[in-house]
Amino acid sequence: MTPPHVTVVGAGPAGLAAAETALIAGAEVTLLDSAEQPGGQYHRMMPDAYAAARPERLQHGWRAFDRRRRWVLEHPRCTWWPDTTVWALERPAPHEPGPPRVHVLRGPADGADRRRLGLDSDAVVLAVGAHDRVLPFPGWELPGVFTGGAAQALAKGERVVVGDRVVVAGTGPFLLPVAASLLEAGSRVLAVLEANATPTVARGWSQRLWELAAQAGKAGELVEYAAALVRHRVPCRTGRAVIEARGDGRVEEVVTARLRGDWSVVPGSERTIAVDAVCVTHGFSPQLELPVAAGCALRGSSAGEFVDVDDDQRTSCPGVYACGEITGIAGAPAARAEGALAGWLAGGGDPAAPALRHLRRNRDQGRAFAERLARAHPVGAAWPGWLRPETVVCRCEETDYASLCRAVAHAATAAARVVKLETRAGLGPCQARMCGPTVAELSARLRGEPLDRPVEGLPVAGPHHRPIAQPIRLGELADCPSLDPE
Amino acid sequence: MLGAGIVGAACARELALAGVQVTVVDRGGAAQATTAHGEGNVLVSDKAPGPELELAQMSRRLWPQVLAGIAESSPRAARAVEWEPKGGIVVATTDAGAVELTRFADAQRAAGVRAEVLDADALAAAEPWVTRDHTAALRYPDDAQVQPAAAAAALLTDALRAGAELRTGCEVVGAVVRAGRLTGVRTPAGFIEADAFVNAAGPWAGELAARLGAPVDVRPRRGDVLVTTPLPPTVFHKVYDADYVGAVGSSAEQLQTSAVVESTRGGSVLIGSSRRRVGFDDRLRPEVLSGIAAKALRLFPGLAGVPVMRAYGGFRPYVPDHLPIIGADPRLTGLWHAGGHEGAGIGLSVGTARLLRNLLLDQPTKIDVHAFRVDRPAVLGVKAQPASEERA
Repeated sequence: MTPPHVTVVGAGPAGLAAAETALIAGAEVTLLDSAEQPGGQYHRMMPDAYAAARPERLQHGWRAFDRRRRWVLEHPRCTWWPDTTVWALERPAPHEPGPPRVHVLRGPADGADRRRLGLDSDAVVLAVGAHDRVLPFPGWELPGVFTGGAAQALAKGERVVVGDRVVVAGTGPFLLPVAASLLEAGSRVLAVLEANATPTVARGWSQRLWELAAQAGKAGELVEYAAALVRHRVPCRTGRAVIEARGDGRVEEVVTARLRGDWSVVPGSERTIAVDAVCVTHGFSPQLELPVAAGCALRGSSAGEFVDVDDDQRTSCPGVYACGEITGIAGAPAARAEGALAGWLAGGGDPAAPALRHLRRNRDQGRAFAERLARAHPVGAAWPGWLRPETVVCRCEETDYASLCRAVAHAATAAARVVKLETRAGLGPCQARMCGPTVAELSARLRGEPLDRPVEGLPVAGPHHRPIAQPIRLGELADCPSLDPE
Repeated sequence: MLGAGIVGAACARELALAGVQVTVVDRGGAAQATTAHGEGNVLVSDKAPGPELELAQMSRRLWPQVLAGIAESSPRAARAVEWEPKGGIVVATTDAGAVELTRFADAQRAAGVRAEVLDADALAAAEPWVTRDHTAALRYPDDAQVQPAAAAAALLTDALRAGAELRTGCEVVGAVVRAGRLTGVRTPAGFIEADAFVNAAGPWAGELAARLGAPVDVRPRRGDVLVTTPLPPTVFHKVYDADYVGAVGSSAEQLQTSAVVESTRGGSVLIGSSRRRVGFDDRLRPEVLSGIAAKALRLFPGLAGVPVMRAYGGFRPYVPDHLPIIGADPRLTGLWHAGGHEGAGIGLSVGTARLLRNLLLDQPTKIDVHAFRVDRPAVLGVKAQPASEERA
């Protein structure tokens, strides 16, 4: 019997763990990632060209990761495709079995000679991760305003500092590693601002404390970051947020304000801080375009929409597994457990294997941790109070909040797709990756009712619907793909 | 008015302006389906002499008047339509295509269409990036383009201003027939009564008509469009391959592609087109997108390095004889149809609406509407179709 072929999309903590267990289960594995190196956002590595002498200096769990990486990449049944983007998933016809065909482009994204390939497999594991979510505020389109993830990636991946005087603001424990990597790279961090007030954060974290014991590694990591902030005397404030960025051509100062529990601004609490950069993060958005293209059902939660998976990490789409941040924001340990589970089962491993009990327990603890995170660091319902009519809500197309309100309020233009065409929000180069969930949330609130009902034959105009998942050049598209010999 | 796409919106406006009390009903949102998934064609160039060309010419004359009327009360809505009378250029790339195109244009000229022959220099001046490898080119100054969802929204806005009412998220599930007359429709939110009901449900017109007990043969024919990242001005007209006309007129079930390339005001280039009869299957088919891309590069080889950032598809309302259906249903008094425009519904909407108003209010029509009648074999011959045609 030929071993099953598993395609793993994404080589971060979840994808790498999935590749490992699929190989142990005996499968042929194709592991692909858009980056040059495995590791994802969590174990972001310096490119080879930088030849970092001690890449582990900015990294947690480096050794275990490095061991796993070598084992997987050197395995004879593993095909490793770096610099590979999935531009489309092609669903089979309803009566045909099997997962979607994975359409990829191989080669550096800016290179002229990418190769187009179609990949058929017995199972597909999606481990594509998340990017950080940023809520709009006046001035957020100015140069010098960074997402926490972008600032951290620059610091970790290229040792570039985003500024000399930086404020880090938003919500969630991710604020700490962002600030720590800025300090490490040489920036002065003027303040770290957590928008949620101490009672919310404390209540969220302290419930059922015994569950946290399982996340000791994660907690220890955060303590280390916090210690770095103390060492550098960085003031950390809760219940405070950046509500505006100002500057002539780039950010020169930010306005911070005290927030109530629902994130409404306490009048008179505004302060101005001179900065040359500000890093903002309001949690994470899972990258859902591939799961949605595959036809996977999503589930809503207080932290947003995620891929719905069963106890075995199976999605609603036959042969498609999902793991890591696309199923819930729970951090690297949970992502690894989910990946290991998904890889083993996708690779034809014994569903009754005793080791799965341990993985499932880790996964469940991770999910509990994700809920705890969501409770401790919610996005307050009153945040749109920061917006002014002229505040940009879509940075690519510079759509302002007033235009969005006007389109949604008028019955002739209120359908989501018409709002998009009318206001151009989401039509720009990022294809609504940044603004999509925000525009959907604002539209639903302005309308006071749920989004459009689906119409037969038309894709739901949801914020994650991007059938072309990554840009593909017209010339590349015109070429017929070669099918992978496997 | 059953359907709030562009045809329903245009008809609602005509009737409301004529003093008729109009309620527009749609199971989804206004303009969100076929209307919002097209390119916004207002073309005369792709139509052979005959009733559809007459309707296209009538519509082309009406569009500027309609938009001027809307602009009086809703200038913002009228501006959003992005009316661009930029003209179309049809390019043949084979000798046979050149002969065919020349003959086609001669016949159109006899029917009053402006079609100017472009020599190589004139073509290069009009479209500097188009292929040098062409055998004939024609300019149609009367071709125009709109942003289709905004066009429907503008028509609907004007209809609402004139007193029409809009109910979205409201699905028609059945008919109330009294003494052979359609007097009401059933919706989950209750009955709606009226003196006349207009089926303007686009590709779903067949299904809606069947629910009302008077089936018509309207089927979906899928099309896909590619959207590039914004470019500096590169494509100045609606430029298409001469074989597009053949694809529009064909009835083939399998995939057909032909290049239609144009810029939008946002700077993106829209690239069509494909025709497939696959029911309401909305799955992305990379080989279809490949076919479209390859044909487009034949016209504009220089676009090979341009990134495509989006693709979208929609369903055209297809009638086997390729003619719209406009008029009263002889089988069920009180039921009217306005649809079946296949890929030309945006352009033909305002002419269709005028004809429908004339017919509904017993006024004379500007053009002969006999060819569009409901009572013709292609529309009523549902059972006459071979069974295999229904599968896709």
